[in-house]
Amino acid sequence: MSRESFDRELQELKRSLFQVTSEVRKNLAASVKYLDKRDMQGAAMIIESDEIINLKCLEIEEQCLNIIATQQPVATDLRLLFSVLQISTEIERIGDYAKGIARISQKIGPGKLIKPLTSIPRMQEIAGQMLDDAIRAFTEDDEKAARNIPARDLQIDVLYNQVHRELITFIMEKPSNIEQTMMLDWVAHNIERVGDRVVNICERVIFTVTGIPVDLN
Amino acid sequence: MNRRNLTQNTAFGVFWLTGAIAVLIMVFVVGYVMVKGLPGITTEFFTTSPRGGLSGEGGIYSTIVTTFYMIIVTLTFAAPLGIGAAIYLTEYSSGTDNKAICKLVSIAGFGVEILAGVPSIIFGLFGYALFVSALNMGFSILSASLAGACLIIPVIIRTTEEALKSVPAGYREGSLALGANRWETTWKVVLPAALRGISTGILLSAGRIVSETAIFFVTLGGSYRVPHSLMSGGRTMALHVYYLAMETRAFDKAMSTAAVLVAMIIIMNLTINTITSRISVKQR
Amino acid sequence: METERTENTRMMTENFSLFYGSFKALNNITIKIPANRITAFIGPSGCGKSTLLRSFNRMNDLIPGVITTGAVFLDGGDVAREDVVQLRKKVGMVFQRPNPFPKSIFDNVAYGPRLHGTKNRSDLAVLVEKSLKRAALWEEVRDDLHKSGMSLSGGQQQRLCIARAIAIEPEVILMDEPASALDPVATLKIEELMNELKKNYTIAIVTHNMQQAGRVSDYTAFMLTDEKRAGNLIEIGPTKQIFTTPSDSRTEDYISGRFG
Repeated sequence: MSRESFDRELQELKRSLFQVTSEVRKNLAASVKYLDKRDMQGAAMIIESDEIINLKCLEIEEQCLNIIATQQPVATDLRLLFSVLQISTEIERIGDYAKGIARISQKIGPGKLIKPLTSIPRMQEIAGQMLDDAIRAFTEDDEKAARNIPARDLQIDVLYNQVHRELITFIMEKPSNIEQTMMLDWVAHNIERVGDRVVNICERVIFTVTGIPVDLN
Repeated sequence: MNRRNLTQNTAFGVFWLTGAIAVLIMVFVVGYVMVKGLPGITTEFFTTSPRGGLSGEGGIYSTIVTTFYMIIVTLTFAAPLGIGAAIYLTEYSSGTDNKAICKLVSIAGFGVEILAGVPSIIFGLFGYALFVSALNMGFSILSASLAGACLIIPVIIRTTEEALKSVPAGYREGSLALGANRWETTWKVVLPAALRGISTGILLSAGRIVSETAIFFVTLGGSYRVPHSLMSGGRTMALHVYYLAMETRAFDKAMSTAAVLVAMIIIMNLTINTITSRISVKQR
Repeated sequence: METERTENTRMMTENFSLFYGSFKALNNITIKIPANRITAFIGPSGCGKSTLLRSFNRMNDLIPGVITTGAVFLDGGDVAREDVVQLRKKVGMVFQRPNPFPKSIFDNVAYGPRLHGTKNRSDLAVLVEKSLKRAALWEEVRDDLHKSGMSLSGGQQQRLCIARAIAIEPEVILMDEPASALDPVATLKIEELMNELKKNYTIAIVTHNMQQAGRVSDYTAFMLTDEKRAGNLIEIGPTKQIFTTPSDSRTEDYISGRFG
């Protein structure tokens, strides 16, 4: 026994969420790359494309509302829809972090950075990979993966602390660097927040599969 | 025991008694006829015709033939007319706004009610006046059948109407919604579904012919010979019972004939019961 | 965002009112039924939704004393001017209670085509198979075509009636509470079937069951009686919109179970 059209709608919804996530993922990686390469045009593109991401997230939200209103989902279906709503919010925020990094890049302006970026791209790689894995865990109902992913957030936190200390020493060495340094610290902070958002997504995956609310932070 | 229980038990007791009396009367009548009649029934009783005269000699062969003759000829006249009228009354007249037709239908319905309540001897007198005398058909199976048809047409109309009305409205809607017109719907869906109900009505009216005496007394003549055409006179079994009892000394023969008649009626009713119970099973 | 498409209109009514004698049952209804979509009519009992549905194939003609004003159109043509047999060939109907004829499954499906002139046995066999397949019943009855349609279960009977309706290849299928006499599993099957059918047919369905309207329909029309007990169209819109943001407060009260 199946409700084909309903199941189809749920699949479509998951696909939309997956799609918008991969766009956010792309923006996140690009934001750090353009920051490093001093690509002002790229930064502008990211800021522009975030508008589309926001719209897509709203669309997902509306899709969820429509399904809840017309299909009376219960049990797993209801949890799934609830999770999609929450995850789409998280994704939208991650998109905002990428946009934030692009904005900072614009504020710093063209011209060389005070130091080549090393730890920040590394943080971005880890966070981006976590996001990829988390959304895959969601589409595949993979509870085990969802439980394992949050551990990697620790690496990000360690890297963030490292970056933070490093930047403080830069300020002490040359106080005129203070503005750019603070901005780079803000970039690192944004990526650190991405890690936390991904952990929230993992909590949602576990809730969807088991029905039990968990706190992994 | 309280008062209410006492009242209830008394009431049930009285009803039980009345029920028992009713059953006893029936058992007594049928039993009496059978006890008195069965001993006189032999093969010869079925195969020879009455010989006439006051002694009431002979069997009932010609009366059986006349009875079946009468059933067939009467139904040939009455069934198409009755069924046709019933179809018109239930299937066609209901969907019209036409005032004249509505009036006609209500008059027809009222007429059917009245006719069904008219004593059969009135039909007999009418048959005698019209068919036997005025139309010069004489005492004959034809005259008797026409008069008999007048008696049973209301019965056929009513039973057919009932049968048609018991066909679920959904069948008609379903057929009409597929683009059938009223006639196609009636012919292809409603009539087949009502067939058993209609045949019950036909059998019921055949029973009326078998048991009727008054009409045939004044239209069929009373000849005890085997009829050879529509214009022959004759006597049905029921009529024969009357003649034997009233005009001969052979009361035992009357009883035997009556026993055969009762058996025949019982068989017909059993057949009707089987048909109707099958309908109700089928239509669940 | 809901992308607003411009839909092709298959059927429509224009200022359509219907009277039973002096009683006004439908009040000035103007509505469009989009092609190849499922349009659901919801509303409390007696709001005239069935009466409106039956106006699309002129089933109300059968009731003495019915008078209408305004018009109903099929593909732009006034249905009142059309031959009723031709109209009902184009606009099929499925009823609340499954009503297969007391005939074989084959003869039930072949009934309509035979009426409309298909006599050839092998043509009929092809048509019967195709219709039963479209009604998702073929696999269950392919070896029992000679059996009485009445021997099927309620849900199967209703799918047989759908097969019977599509055997005459209509453009529109009207469904008057097609699942209200069925159990939940059979209901689900009918709903899935409707989703399949809308590729080829335009479907209008009357339902008491709001959830059903939500599940199956693309458009929802909400009807309500006014103070004179005449049925009025309150609003029609994409089902998703009606169920999330209805524009009339009466619609909202009804779909949220606050009355009716």
